Amino acid sequence: MKSFGPTAVLRDVTLEVAPGEFVALVGPSGCGKTTLMRIVAGIETPDAGQVRIGERDVTRAHPGARDVAMVFQSYALYPHLTVAQNIAVPLLMRRLSLAQRLPLLGGLMPGSRAARRIMAEDVARIAAPLGLSHLLDRRPGQLSGGQRQRVALARAVVRKPSVFLLDEPLSNLDAALRVATRREIVEIHRRTGAATLYVTHDQTEALTMADRVAVMQGGQLLQLGTPAEVYENPADLRVATFIGSPKMNVLAAELGEDGQVRLQGIGTGLHSATRGPVSLGVRPEHWHLGGPWQARVVEVEYLGEAALLHARLGDETVVVRAAPSFTAPAGSLVPLGFQGGLIFAADGRRLALHEVAHAQG
Amino acid sequence: MRKGESLAGWLLTLPAAIAFLLLLLLPTLAAVTLAFTDYELGEWPPHWIGLENFSEMWTDRGFRTSFRNTVIYVAIVAPVSVLGGLGLALLIESASRGRAFFRAVFFLPVVSLTVAMAAAWQYLLHPTIGPVNAVLRSLGIAGPAWLSSSDTVLLSLAFIGVWEAVGFNMVLFMAGLTAIPKELREAAAVDGAQTAWDRFRLVTWPLLGPTTLFVVTISLIRSVRVFDTVAVLTRGGPNKASEVLLYTMYTEGFTFLRLGYSAAITLVFLVIVLGLMLLQTRVLDRRVHYG
Amino acid sequence: MGSAIRLGVLGALGLFVLLPYIWMLSASLKPTDEIFRASLTLIPETFAVAENFGRVFARVPVLDYLVNGVIVCAGILFFQLLFAVPAGYALAKLRFAGREFVFGAVMLGLLVPPHVPALPLYAGLSALGGLNSFGALIVPSTISVFAIFLFRQFFKSLPDELIHAARIDGMSELSIVWRVILPNAWPAATAFAIFSVVAHWNDLFWPLIVVTGHERATPALGVLYFRTEEAGDDFGALMAACTIMTAPLILAFLVAQRRFVEGIATTGLKG
Repeated sequence: MKSFGPTAVLRDVTLEVAPGEFVALVGPSGCGKTTLMRIVAGIETPDAGQVRIGERDVTRAHPGARDVAMVFQSYALYPHLTVAQNIAVPLLMRRLSLAQRLPLLGGLMPGSRAARRIMAEDVARIAAPLGLSHLLDRRPGQLSGGQRQRVALARAVVRKPSVFLLDEPLSNLDAALRVATRREIVEIHRRTGAATLYVTHDQTEALTMADRVAVMQGGQLLQLGTPAEVYENPADLRVATFIGSPKMNVLAAELGEDGQVRLQGIGTGLHSATRGPVSLGVRPEHWHLGGPWQARVVEVEYLGEAALLHARLGDETVVVRAAPSFTAPAGSLVPLGFQGGLIFAADGRRLALHEVAHAQG
Repeated sequence: MRKGESLAGWLLTLPAAIAFLLLLLLPTLAAVTLAFTDYELGEWPPHWIGLENFSEMWTDRGFRTSFRNTVIYVAIVAPVSVLGGLGLALLIESASRGRAFFRAVFFLPVVSLTVAMAAAWQYLLHPTIGPVNAVLRSLGIAGPAWLSSSDTVLLSLAFIGVWEAVGFNMVLFMAGLTAIPKELREAAAVDGAQTAWDRFRLVTWPLLGPTTLFVVTISLIRSVRVFDTVAVLTRGGPNKASEVLLYTMYTEGFTFLRLGYSAAITLVFLVIVLGLMLLQTRVLDRRVHYG
Repeated sequence: MGSAIRLGVLGALGLFVLLPYIWMLSASLKPTDEIFRASLTLIPETFAVAENFGRVFARVPVLDYLVNGVIVCAGILFFQLLFAVPAGYALAKLRFAGREFVFGAVMLGLLVPPHVPALPLYAGLSALGGLNSFGALIVPSTISVFAIFLFRQFFKSLPDELIHAARIDGMSELSIVWRVILPNAWPAATAFAIFSVVAHWNDLFWPLIVVTGHERATPALGVLYFRTEEAGDDFGALMAACTIMTAPLILAFLVAQRRFVEGIATTGLKG
């Protein structure tokens, strides 16, 4: 369980992670997610606030004393050590005393021989499921990117930390490897049972891997919830547009005196309390063909499992997810309707919808 | 296009090639050849005497002293200035303030006129009017005649040599230190390397490997070339106690005009330098570069 | 807390390194009798600035030395760049027969210390009657294999596309050198310039060999002359002479500090 507070880059962030939970920190570049992770790791100190791991306040503690393990974006493997030695470093630091670690003399110290044997066994045990057993004597410079990443994972996992931190571990891998490694990481998380904080700018990764997703932007934590929650119930316009691909369509709409939202003058059947201009958010898959709004086709993209219709609705462009067989010539008119729209106030806040006895069309 | 490129290539290299031939290649070959002759300035033609110069060197006590002094000098100056440079670089890199200031201070000897600073040291180390002995006197110790006593002269020159070289090595080490990726240090911290010694052993020292090798080689070569301080301060004295290889080569060649013998000494010098550089390549190929 | 100790240690060592400069300056300001009293006071009781510095200017042509130094260093640098920049570029980017051979020769040349060709060069210059001249001081150092090596490495890192685009635009090979390569060589040139100037301003060995008398003496040689002529008595003037001769480079260094250090570091690490 961890919680933190603010710094200059971050503003008033409070985050709690339950034991064994997988939380993805997601947001665009510069949103502060990496800074947050580094504060948890202890590589950076917050100007104010606390970091607590378990029951301990570790805000001023050295990274090595926090029982966290981290996989860096560049893997940060020791180039002069073999794979086996790399994986063993955290064990070396923790299990051997300073005297036992001395070059040459250290081997003569009592107990160091036995300790090193146990460490070698631990390393072998960790390396096997990650497919590294045949690479133990190689140096990082002789490995591929994917192999290096697994060594970094092994090094993090080997001492069974209580907190597991991953900083964009998949961003340096090619697309095919990324999908495979995603599953591996989730597997590792399940096996270690450690609380995991996973930083990524790819919202797909966040949605598929995490128990809960923390969406950040501009140093603020916008929403913390399960993948379903942030997808279906975004608290903020920024969350709604960041999560989901293709992006949610955001259209200018009017909340009239009767409390109904009107898009281009046509009633949408959505009611809310506020008045005035609002934003209407409709995800591409929530549009359907046939409905009160007329859109002019710009182009149709064929995806294989679906087709994406780009059309002009008034001054704005909407993206509609249609059946793969859908075609329409550019410039033609298409009638559109939707269900499941969301209303956002001018400041980005999500507005609650009211139930009305009859829906107006 | 190819023709023009070739022609341009030749034209552009031509001036340098001519200069190389006339000013480097031919003189070097001449020097190597002269080493086996008895050439003296004014006596033409010289005669081929084979290895006689070298056997003279071997038996001449003056030369052996010179050689031994040079070895002692290098044995003091190289390690001390390398370790000193490393220590200073580590101290400055981890200091929170004044990095540029300290770097400038320690680098000052490198850009100062060696001859002038040698004279300044002579004043400092003067047995009667120098501040160093004045301080010692106030502490009740009789300071030796640093530069005029055969017991201490080589040590004093070595000390000045370290003073001159440390800043240069420091700058080279600092460049090597900044090349170490920050994330590696962070990974080491997370892995549990809490003390400075742990971080040094795990990250700093291994990744400084190539730099260290380079600095060691450079220091060895630069200290073998010692000349200025000897020429200004001691002229090899007292009684050849501070005679060094290059100074012997100079006096034999230009005071005694025995250019053949002097060339032989130069050849010895060249062999030493080549040997050091060969050593560097050997170690380089084997251990120091990773993947 | 640790950082205070660190700063303290650095400060102490720094002071130690600066001792010669401090005392040199101090002695240059003191009259002779005060120097001989060997007191540990840095600030002179009576200032003898005019006397000490005056004696230096009276006894040796100081300005001549400094001017000679500038001429020699500038001359050497000019020719070094003149030879090395085109050659470095050719070795890096152009294809021509014998290129590898030339580069091999350059690498071998790096192994040979400058003292080795010195003797025959001296003999040759002596035979030609060219000793004791600017030519003798400048010419032998104009070939710097180190410079060729440095510029080759530097030009290798320039993108090929730059040259291809120039060729497509119709530029001849030589105008590519003049218009594209030279302007882009600036960073390496300044780094090397610093290295070269420091090395040659400091050089005692070669001027000692080829120069006799004061007319063509460089600053390093000038200090040596002054020192041998005074033979230990007039320390005030000697220290004043040292201050004068070493001041130009130190001042230049203090002004362009970062350039200096970067220059030496980059040339050192690439070499």
